[in-house]
Amino acid sequence: MKIRTKNDLEKMREKGLKNLYPKETKVSVGMATCGLSTGADKVYEAIQDEVEKGKLPIQLAQTGCIGFCQREPVVDILEPGKPRVFYQEVTPDRAKELIHRWLKNEVVGDWLLCKMEKEDWIAEDRVQDYPIRQIPKGIDGTPSYHQVPFYNKQLKIALRNCGFINPDHIEEYVARGGYISLYKALFEMKPEEIIEEVKRSGLRGRGGAGFLTGNKWETCRRAKGDQKFILCNADEGDPGAYMDRSILEGDPHSVVEGMIIGAYAIGAHEGFIYVRNEYPLAIQKLLIALQQAEEAGLLGDDILGSGFSLKINLFRGGGAFVCGESTALMASIEGKVGEPRAKHIHTTESGLWDKPSNLNNVETWNNVPIILSRGAGWYSKIGTDQSKGTKVFSIVGKVKNTGLIEVPMGITLREIVYDIGGGVPDGKKFKAVQTGGPSGGCIPESLINLPVDFDRLTEVGSMMGSGGMIVMDESTCMVDVAKYFMDFLKGESCGKCTSCREGTKRMHEILTEIAEGRGTMDHIELLKELGWVTAEASLCQLGGTAPNPVLSTIRYFQEEYEEHILHKRCPAKVCRALLQYRILSNVCTKCGRCAKVCPVKAITGKKKTKKETGEPFSIDAKKCIKCGMCFETCKFEAVEVQ
Amino acid sequence: MEVSKIDSIIEQYGARESALLAILQDIQAKENYLPKDALEYVSQKMHIPLVRIFRIATFYNALSLKPRGLHKIDVCLGTACHVRGGSKILEKIERDLGVSVGETTKDNRFTLESVRCIGCCSLGPVAVVDGKVFGRLGQDKVSGLLKEFK
Repeated sequence: MKIRTKNDLEKMREKGLKNLYPKETKVSVGMATCGLSTGADKVYEAIQDEVEKGKLPIQLAQTGCIGFCQREPVVDILEPGKPRVFYQEVTPDRAKELIHRWLKNEVVGDWLLCKMEKEDWIAEDRVQDYPIRQIPKGIDGTPSYHQVPFYNKQLKIALRNCGFINPDHIEEYVARGGYISLYKALFEMKPEEIIEEVKRSGLRGRGGAGFLTGNKWETCRRAKGDQKFILCNADEGDPGAYMDRSILEGDPHSVVEGMIIGAYAIGAHEGFIYVRNEYPLAIQKLLIALQQAEEAGLLGDDILGSGFSLKINLFRGGGAFVCGESTALMASIEGKVGEPRAKHIHTTESGLWDKPSNLNNVETWNNVPIILSRGAGWYSKIGTDQSKGTKVFSIVGKVKNTGLIEVPMGITLREIVYDIGGGVPDGKKFKAVQTGGPSGGCIPESLINLPVDFDRLTEVGSMMGSGGMIVMDESTCMVDVAKYFMDFLKGESCGKCTSCREGTKRMHEILTEIAEGRGTMDHIELLKELGWVTAEASLCQLGGTAPNPVLSTIRYFQEEYEEHILHKRCPAKVCRALLQYRILSNVCTKCGRCAKVCPVKAITGKKKTKKETGEPFSIDAKKCIKCGMCFETCKFEAVEVQ
Repeated sequence: MEVSKIDSIIEQYGARESALLAILQDIQAKENYLPKDALEYVSQKMHIPLVRIFRIATFYNALSLKPRGLHKIDVCLGTACHVRGGSKILEKIERDLGVSVGETTKDNRFTLESVRCIGCCSLGPVAVVDGKVFGRLGQDKVSGLLKEFK
């Protein structure tokens, strides 16, 4: 169906609403990558089988991720007249049981994540109430969505549709307020007015550096050139950050709509979305979305009859981290190797094929439609002075609740780690949060009350990056973390600048020396000096920020470095060369499990049986490869690491 | 690789230099790696010097000049997986298969590689086998996982 008028859009919306809120029971399975990795596909099949076999009055749907990835697979049930419920950690067997119980108006309280009485439609400032006439048995005591600690401080703008719509159905996106902003942009606003609105919103790029989006658009619009390009950076390479993947897999149209609006504002007629090769599902969902948008007349020639035309191409990356850098990304699209160039002239003036090019990342584009529909005034009320709106963070690592969260800028690290994340598991002590990927740094516990926004993170020697937050506890070694990032960066440095190519390599070598007990105190000074040179003499921000993980760990955790150097000890018990495994003979129950799993047969002893008393097991330090299998296997804590 | 197959891949994208990466990826998807004769043919057909094609083929991690095994294992070594013991998973697989990362087993069954984050950080450590993601791994789950693909 081609959309030409507002009425057509309204018709599509009605169709979408019927999909979203059918008359019969609707069961949706979260099938983004995180769901699939825990068996969501098997859950879906099990429900499908059951529905077909029993001819059950159930409509089955697929959706994206609602953010609480740790609790995947998540299945939600929606039936008119009842509260919506979300089940967590669903298995195929549980899935069968819970749908049968539902049809008998029952829920299994213990398996529920939460219930929901209403839905926010952030795009239009509407709340969709579920009229409740019937309460399922067993639901008492189940928290509402906003009562769940993981969700109660969240404000979902970028993740507005993830987990609520089927990403393969454009109608469902339209039903929740999608493409309304595009209509407004094309018919009710001049390009300059759109840019002004984005400028007033205070939106800053969500990909890393946090440049003001409106200003970037303005420079690109004013740049001389008959042909301009619009680009989307979906080469989300920061390890530990995956919000862009989730948006693309769960709500691809939000990015497409943002790009069309941006292209119209800037005056571009061709665009590219550069997606990581490691995200096959995101590529698949985007291709479907682009095709649907084209079929609906929202992309291609004469969009909505406005006379404006835009073509968007999808470009698959080749698995190179450096291609997330703007000039490297553009070189890659041109068919060259992804090497950055000096940016004396900005890409907004001379970018892809030397034409003015505007590049923003997935989350930035996704915010644009909301800014137009809700207004810059509304948007700029959220967040801090210099960082407006919300930011999606992936809170992962050593924290109880892991997943994607979206919070207003300015929220403190403490609220993120403790209130939303639930703190560190297994009674361990919190040590640091790593933000900003390989360009960022580690923020120590003493700064836990830091309000999180672009500038505050930079002030403490880290950065926002794309929003990865890796929580570290006492069992994470900071020398090892620095070494890890240098290993990453030496592998991903494109090699063009000597300072980056050699600097990361040498820093890695030195960190390895320290981690293996051959470090000297001079090494710390040398690392600082090398870090300075690497940052100063490299062309792009990969090298420019490469020393951050090293410098920030030295800044906040120098005593850990000294412990490795002076006492040849790794306090977190990570650096293998400094560890010693041994079995406490007075604790050993002589079960022999450790000897069984030891890959190098370094453990000997005599198993206790009914006839024999056995002998405690012990480890031959010469043979031991310190793989930790015995430590992980022993149920009696008889294996000690020193 | 049959010339007609390469022709149809090139035709799909057009013989533009900017399509080179996509063309190489499609050739690899069909052949499991980039055979030398295929690259030579692409060079002639697209009028791109072979040296430039090799530069692309060796720059991007996704491309391989060596044949790969029947199943491809990618162990995630992203930060979240690293702090949760991703490298131990990799080492366990190395020991079980008797190969180092980047190598293929003698029976040509598995190629073992590492990847820098696949965006499944909440469920780390994670590994991908033939495109299927396995989350919440532990050293104890490795043998069972490999058996699934024997």
